[in-house]
Order: sequence, then structure tokens, then C-alpha cells
Amino acid sequence: MTTAAPKRELPTRHAYGETLVELGREDDRIVVLEADISKSTQTYRFAEAFPDRFFNVGVAEQNMMCMAAGAAICGRIPFVSTYAVFGSMRACEQMRTSVAYPKLNVNIAVSHAGLTAYDDGVTHQAVEDLGIVRSIPNMTVLQPCDAPSTRKAVRAAVEIDGPVYLRLTRIAMPILYDDNVDFQIGKAIRLRTGGDVTIVAVGDMVFQAREAAERLAAQGIEVDLLDMHTIKPLDVDALLDSATKTGAVVTAEDHNVLGGLGSAVAEALGEHCPTPLLRVGLQDTFAQSGSYGDLLRHYGMDASHLVEAAQRVMRRKQ
Amino acid sequence: MARGQAHDVDSLREIARQLRIDSLRMIHLAGGGHPGGSLSAADLVTALYFHEMNLRSEEPDWPDRDRFVLSKGHGCPVLYAALARLGYFDPQHLDTLRKFGTILQGHPDMNKTPGLDATTGSLGQGLSVGLGMALIGRLDRRAYRVFVMLGCGELDEGQVWEAAMCAAKYRVANLTAVIDYNQLQLDGTNDEIMPLEPLEDKWRSFNWNALRIDGHDMPAILDALRAAREHEQGPTVIIAKTIKGKGVSFMEDQLDWHGVAPNAEQLEAALVELGP
Amino acid sequence: MTTVSQPGIKDTTQELARWARLLRYDTLRMISNAASGHPGGCMSMAEILTCLYFHEMKVDPQQPDWLDRDRFILSKGHCAPILYAALARKGYFPVDELRNLRKIGSFLHGHPDISTPGVDMTSGCLGQGLSAAVGMAMAGRIDRRDYRAFVVIGDGEMNEGQLWESAASASHFRLDRIIVVLDFNALQFDGTVHEVSNPGDVRGRWKSLGWNVLEIDGHDIPQILDALRQADECRGRPTIVVAHTIKGKGVPFMEGDYLWHSLMDNDLLTSFVKEMHDELQRDPDGFDADRLW
Repeated sequence: MTTAAPKRELPTRHAYGETLVELGREDDRIVVLEADISKSTQTYRFAEAFPDRFFNVGVAEQNMMCMAAGAAICGRIPFVSTYAVFGSMRACEQMRTSVAYPKLNVNIAVSHAGLTAYDDGVTHQAVEDLGIVRSIPNMTVLQPCDAPSTRKAVRAAVEIDGPVYLRLTRIAMPILYDDNVDFQIGKAIRLRTGGDVTIVAVGDMVFQAREAAERLAAQGIEVDLLDMHTIKPLDVDALLDSATKTGAVVTAEDHNVLGGLGSAVAEALGEHCPTPLLRVGLQDTFAQSGSYGDLLRHYGMDASHLVEAAQRVMRRKQ
Repeated sequence: MARGQAHDVDSLREIARQLRIDSLRMIHLAGGGHPGGSLSAADLVTALYFHEMNLRSEEPDWPDRDRFVLSKGHGCPVLYAALARLGYFDPQHLDTLRKFGTILQGHPDMNKTPGLDATTGSLGQGLSVGLGMALIGRLDRRAYRVFVMLGCGELDEGQVWEAAMCAAKYRVANLTAVIDYNQLQLDGTNDEIMPLEPLEDKWRSFNWNALRIDGHDMPAILDALRAAREHEQGPTVIIAKTIKGKGVSFMEDQLDWHGVAPNAEQLEAALVELGP
Repeated sequence: MTTVSQPGIKDTTQELARWARLLRYDTLRMISNAASGHPGGCMSMAEILTCLYFHEMKVDPQQPDWLDRDRFILSKGHCAPILYAALARKGYFPVDELRNLRKIGSFLHGHPDISTPGVDMTSGCLGQGLSAAVGMAMAGRIDRRDYRAFVVIGDGEMNEGQLWESAASASHFRLDRIIVVLDFNALQFDGTVHEVSNPGDVRGRWKSLGWNVLEIDGHDIPQILDALRQADECRGRPTIVVAHTIKGKGVPFMEGDYLWHSLMDNDLLTSFVKEMHDELQRDPDGFDADRLW
């Protein structure tokens, strides 16, 4: 594990935009499709560097998804960018039928994941997308937590044969890893080793989980903390190793608790190693406008709630 | 087969007749499929595959080949028949349409059938896929062209117009849309379900070159395809007026033949009409 | 149920212009307070929204759920602040609530939410508003109510195929109680409509879909009122008013700059709001002074 103390912050969408430019230089198969929010998704950087390989289709996400399929069929490696709400839901069936079914190398990189869209409100907060895309065969689903792991994830997405859904944040995230982080698709990163309780976190919730683990350590509770940046394929081995050791699991995701990380973990534990589990996330509700911090607190997703969830689940150990 | 080597009008008509026969046989054997829209598209598919398109059936992945996207994927029997006749695969496969383990899925699957350029069947998506191909062809400085065949019912899908707008923005002259305009959709006529006219005006309002022809008149089809090839300012749409079930009197213009397989008796009667 | 007196078109125009100015102020102040939002597209539709809420639409702020009221859908939902300003000024809720835009616990969400008093439809995902209006107009017809469904769409929304699905439906079902106003400011998030998409022949396209098409200057109040009257009189087909506007209208540094689609520079905006506040306070006829916040 390679971690460094947080020294600055960056939205993961920025890391995505920067990496696209690097990739564009290295590999002329890369093309980028955008639906009129390039300043927001950060694909404008690629547009400036490689105007010939950038296609702004306007506010037409369904068309964009299938155009990417056509480009992939003709040997290119397309990145499709929009907000997570539109990428996963407005163009859902296009993604399923024209991209995932023929197993094309289309990378769907979407910003404004979960409550990181904060004051834009419910229309722009994707809290269902992980559940939707996870249920589509052939899809790989990623949400790295910080800029360095996002850079690695973007590169890994190019290498994968088949479609990748990459979930990015609107707001700045602390820098957790250094540039040499060993990011492998399907391999969780263990951020803490402990024997009392497992916390499996994804994306921006990794930072809440780290803080919770520190507070729990102050109470003498040692947390085994996993950054489960790949929601599909889930790192079942790492999960089972940890759950077997601690006997209690908490999941933390910026998403509805139905369908996303919590569900994926529950499925794996249920089949292989039934273990007391609490899922922290949106409890099957839409959120509202507000600051990111206010929303996490209000919906029971901040570090304090994670601490409480860990304590509760530990009481259920046999 | 390279463009221009191909057949005269009479032999194209004969091929179209054969494709109609093959389509009906396949659908009958499968016990399911869409005869109406296969027969309406037969002349258009023939003109494309046996005259207009640059292809190498012995090299299905030839990078410079023209592409074809059957956006109205349910009409695939006639396309499978054409591909078999061109030698992309053994015609014996035609008897396996829709059966377990077949290379000929109920709707086109590019990973299962040699010669298919795209996976289709969800209406409204094909023009976008074709547009992506056309843009990449231009980026790669390849001379290939992309043909997308649309049904008329799928013009109800907004995504078609997203693609239309975008194709005109990028002035992709290597993209040609062909509408199999048989004016029947699953629940009724276009006019009953969702009127489309004035159709040329709609395409022209998006800055497309729009042509209207009789989609069963072989010389007219060839002329239109040539005109599309020679139009260099942007994309062309060929609105080809057709008759659903064309060639079999009891199927023509009959809504009931959109998605029903003929039984043995009906097949026999149809083959009598289509000739030996 | 219009709230302005109508002694003559000139007076009406002047009064509506003042309302438009006040809505601009409210909107900019809200966005500056929230430090987040989309000012450019709010400014471009100030006169349109004013004419709708302060002249044309049959609504009753005391009865937000009145069944016979005209409906309004802000399909370009990111411009919610100016709608909230209009609703507050009409009396649906206190003007003081405008301070809470985008804050947790407030009903003034970043994009319109049907739970807000006076908001008829949740919106913010572009391209969906006209479809909802088609449903409303169909229901109105079945219920034999003569209310109208007004929709304001942005030009970028014409990229969304769903808009053309709903446009075809409205025409096919002859829904003449639907009146769409296109806020055609010709700028999208990423640039001009010509750079980003390809509007083509907008008038011709709506005509080809069977719509009654009117074209006006969207900042000219008499033209807006006239178009809305003509739209109301049209029978047998829906009407679209293609309103040519300027994004950021009324704010010199915003006008015509696509970067002001979003909040570019809150310091600049905040100082402008302050200037505007002082200016309105000095207004000789006192129309605005007691309404300021």
C-alpha cells in the first residue's frame, strides 16, 4: 500500500481530464465524445489539444453513446463524458445494447457522482447509477477516490477489453495516494489493517471511512479498511479475507444502499461467508440541494455515522 | 465485390427475388421473425450489397470496406440472405435462424455473424452508430462509406434526430441513410400512430440532402445511391417508398404480417407468387 | 388573474419592464448568495417569464393547486432562480426565502422541484419538459378544462431527441393549449449553438412538425405579449414562439459570453448586485425601493 498525507485537493474529474490529454499524446486511437458540458467534465482539455479527435455532439447523450459504439467498431478507443445521471440513465439502453452487448471498448467517464453534485439538487445527483451499470453484463465499474488513483483508473480502462464505467466527483477530493499507487482493476487497496471491524468504502466515502477509522482507533477499535475502487468485478477474495478476520462489515458509498457497493458486498458475503453487515449510504431516498458536508451529515453518511455503524455492527458479532 | 463490377438491373431484380424467397423460408423454419419488413427492404438491400457497396466477402474485416448498419434490426433475415449469397458464410446457416447456438440471432449480433458491421435491433440507434463509423472513417482518411437502413416507425425515436443534427454539424458526406418507408409500424400506419410527413422537410431542416424514390424501382434506387455518392457537402437521406410484404399479394400492406412467420401452406402460396 | 393594471399598452410595457428588472436583481442576488447557479440563461428569459407570470398566465398564488390554473414548465431547469424570483414576487412564498437558494432544508433546490409552491413540474434534465406538457394538455382536454401549458425551452435542448418526440406528439394530438417559448440565446454550455450543435432551419423544422411558429425579439415586451395572444388564439395545433434573446442580457459583462452560462466570477457578480441594488433604490418612482432585499 502506498499512501501519502493529504497535501492538496482535486476533483477526480480534473485528474480524468488531464489524463485524457496524456493518453491522447501517447495513443492516437483515443477519441473523446462530449455532450456540451466539456468545461465541467474537463474534456475541454482534450478538445484543445486534439480538436480532430474530439466530438461535441450537443445535448444528446443517447446519440453520443451509440456514436462511441460506431467509433469503437472502427478501431478507436472512445471516451464518452457527461454527468453520471445522464450517462447511466438517459443513455442506459444505448449503453446496454449498442456498447455492452457487443462488448465494445467504450469508456464511459461520468462526473457529478452521488452527493458530490451537492447543490445542483436531485436532477444532477446520480445515486442509482452503480446499481444500474453493475447489472449490465460485460461492464467494468470503477470509482477511484482521489486524483492519482483516477489517473491510473483512466489508463486501466483503456487496457480493458470491453466497456468501463468510471464514476467521478464534482467536488475536490483530498490526495490520498502517491503517483505510484498500485491500482489494479478488481484489486481492493487495504488502507488500514485491523481485526475488529471491516469498512469497505468506495469513491469519496473512502475519506469519511478513513476519518471514522481514526476515531475508532482512538477508542481502541482497529478497522480493516478497504478502498473498493472496483465495484465490478468485486474483489471477493479481499472482502472474504477481511470479513473472516473481523466478523463484522460496514460498507460506505455515496449512492443508494440498494444496488451499489453495499449490495455487491452483501451478495458476496451472503454466498460465501455470512457476516453481520451494515450498509451506509442513502437509505433509499432522494437527497436535496445543500452543501456536500451538510448532505452527508443529514443523510447519515459522514464519519460520525460510520463510527456509529461500526459500533453497532460489532455488537452483532457472534 | 467492388462497386461497379456488379450486375445489371435484371440480374439485380433476380437477386432480390431470391432474397425474398430465402427470407420467407428462413422465417418459416424459425417459426418467428418479421417477413413484412424483410420483403419491403429486399430491393434496397440488393442494390446496396450487389451493386453499390465496396466489399470483400473473403475478407470481412477489410478496413476499407463500406459499412452497413441495419438500424431496423428486425428486418435481418433479408440481410442474412444477402450475406450468405455473397459468401460470408455457408447458406446452410440460413436454416438455423433464431435457433439455439445459431450464428443468426433474432436481431443482428456483430460478434456472431460474419459480415455484420454492427449489433442492432433496438430501434433508433443505428444512425448514431453509423455516424460514429463515418466520422472515424474520415479521421482515418479512409474512403469507405457508411449506409444505415432505417425503418419508418423508428423515426419516432428522438435519437434519430439527435444523430441527424450531429451528422449535419460534421457534414459527413460519407454517411447515407436509407429509409425503408413502408408506412406501417407495429400498431398501425404511420399516420395513425405518429405522422411523419412532410418527411423531406424534416431532414432538410437539419441540413441533409433528401431524396425520395420508389424503393422497389431498381434503376431509381441505383440512381439515388449514385446521387448520394456524388453529394459531397454533407449526409444524404434516401426516402424509399416501399410496400410492406412486397412480392406476396396476401402480405402486401398487411399489418398482421409485421412479425408473424408463414406456416407451410402460406409459404408454399408465397413461393408460387414469387416464382421458381 | 393578472396582477398589473392595464390602462394602456405603454403603461403595461413600462410596468412589466420594471418587474423584469426586479426579477433580474433577485436572480443575481440569489446566485451571488448561493455562490452557485446559472445566471446567463436566467437573464435571457427575464422579459419572457415576466410577461408570462405578470400578464398572460391565469394563476392564483393563493391557490397554487387551483385545477384551472395555467401550467408552467421550466424545461431549461437550470434557470430555476429566475422562476423562484417570479414565484416569490407573485406571492407564492416570501421573498425572504430567496436567500436560501441551494441550501439544505430549503425548497429552493438547484433545479425546480414540484414540491416548491407554484412549481408545476420537476425539471432540470434537459429535453423532458415538453413531454410533460403534452401529458398535462391531454389531461386538460379530457377533463374539459381550458388551461394552457406553457413551456420555456433552451436552444441547447433542441439537441435532445426527446424534444422532437414530444413535438411530434403535441402536433399529432392537436394540442393547441401548449405554448412553447424557445429562449434562443444561441449559446450553450460549451459555446455557440453553431459550434456545439447545428440548429439548422429551426423555424422550418417546427413547421415540418405541424406547429404554429412565431418569431420575435425575446426582450421586446410588446412583441412577447402579442405573440402570446396569437398563440392563445391559434386552434388545432400547438404554438412555438421562437424568441431571439441575448444570454446574460442586462449585465454588461455577461452579455453574449457563453462562459457565464455558469457562475464565472462571484466577486464580479456580487459587486454588480450591489450596484444594481443602489441603482434600484434611487429609482425615482419608488416602484422598486421597498421591494429590495
